[in-house]
Amino acid sequence: MKLMAHMIATLAIIGIVSGGTLAVINNWAEPLIAANKKLVTENAIFLVQPSGKSYEKVKSKENEIYKVFDDNKELIGYSIVFTGNGFQGAIRSMVGLDKELKKITSIEVLEQSETPGLGTRITEPSFKDQFNGLETEPKINWLKTPAEKPNEIMAITGATISSKSIVAILNEGISKVRTLKEGGKL
Amino acid sequence: MKKKVTLWYEFFKGVWDINPAFKQILGTCPTLAVTVSAINGIAMALATTFVLVFSSLIISLVRKLIPSQVRIAAYIVIIASFVTIVDMVMKAQFQELSKALGPFIPLIVVNCIILGRAEAFASKNTPFRSILDALGNGAGFLLALFVIGGIREILGSRTILGFQVLPNSYDPMIIMILPAGAFLTYGLLMGFANAYAIRKNRKASETNIFKYKLEREKLNATEV
Repeated sequence: MKLMAHMIATLAIIGIVSGGTLAVINNWAEPLIAANKKLVTENAIFLVQPSGKSYEKVKSKENEIYKVFDDNKELIGYSIVFTGNGFQGAIRSMVGLDKELKKITSIEVLEQSETPGLGTRITEPSFKDQFNGLETEPKINWLKTPAEKPNEIMAITGATISSKSIVAILNEGISKVRTLKEGGKL
Repeated sequence: MKKKVTLWYEFFKGVWDINPAFKQILGTCPTLAVTVSAINGIAMALATTFVLVFSSLIISLVRKLIPSQVRIAAYIVIIASFVTIVDMVMKAQFQELSKALGPFIPLIVVNCIILGRAEAFASKNTPFRSILDALGNGAGFLLALFVIGGIREILGSRTILGFQVLPNSYDPMIIMILPAGAFLTYGLLMGFANAYAIRKNRKASETNIFKYKLEREKLNATEV
């Protein structure tokens, strides 16, 4: 009986002390973590819309959509977060589109867990710069040979699935956003 | 029974004699998973060492208060608290690192090195010796992860710590940065480390046999 009380008391004290310490540290860390996350998103919004000066979040259930404005507060386009499946896990990317949704200004991969050295090359400029000024109509195509038409990109050798996934994520996302736009919700 | 171990050996044994990765074969999961590059290995080992030192210290301080029936549960709570602290601090202050090591930090909780040292050492020794032991094991883990990460980074992406060391004419061996490369490097290094230890032991025993024979010959000579 005495041992039982001892065991319970020990574990309870350890639990209370640990919980208390964690609460204190969490109090300090939480706002910093939130600020970091916001900073990353903000940077990405302007990275894919280089001429943007301010932004505004659009209320939408499906995607994170940001309207981007220039110096004179005029709409120049959208920065949208698209998420989809890659080769090994989810790929989260920020995509800049012009205001008619006809051209991509540029893309940025926010999160990915592709194969190191192969699939991870989707984050490198040699791949993602292909999307600068890419036309989205009728849809984006990928090739294994150098691109010819204005709506084509060349897939990475050895990472065709990752390249294909990005294109599929973009196509699907853009067509959704297009429906929103047609419905007058943007 | 009072042990007579020098403080230096308390630290140094973890670096080589009982190196966590090569000799105790503990913590293999992070060893295999994060050593894609040298810097990832270093960061993982430092985070593990931090948790190891503090949990060893606390466990050693409270070792006489914890009833042995609930010791594992108590150790895990203490270790998990420190891991959560590391995770939160890294997310708040070292974003890049936390992005690279993300999923592996929470796994430090179940890293056998920490529970292993708590059970085998910290729960039986004084706080000061426990810290030395933890630092030694941390250093050994750091050494192992740095060497494995370095080899994989050089062969797999031509760089070490981000600096290019092999010419562009060298075609990177993709397999080295894939999981298979981790098993190959780890296995070979473990083999070398053990082969070296075995040879050293054999030499030591051979000298003993030699000394013994010499003694016998002397004895025989005097008897005749």
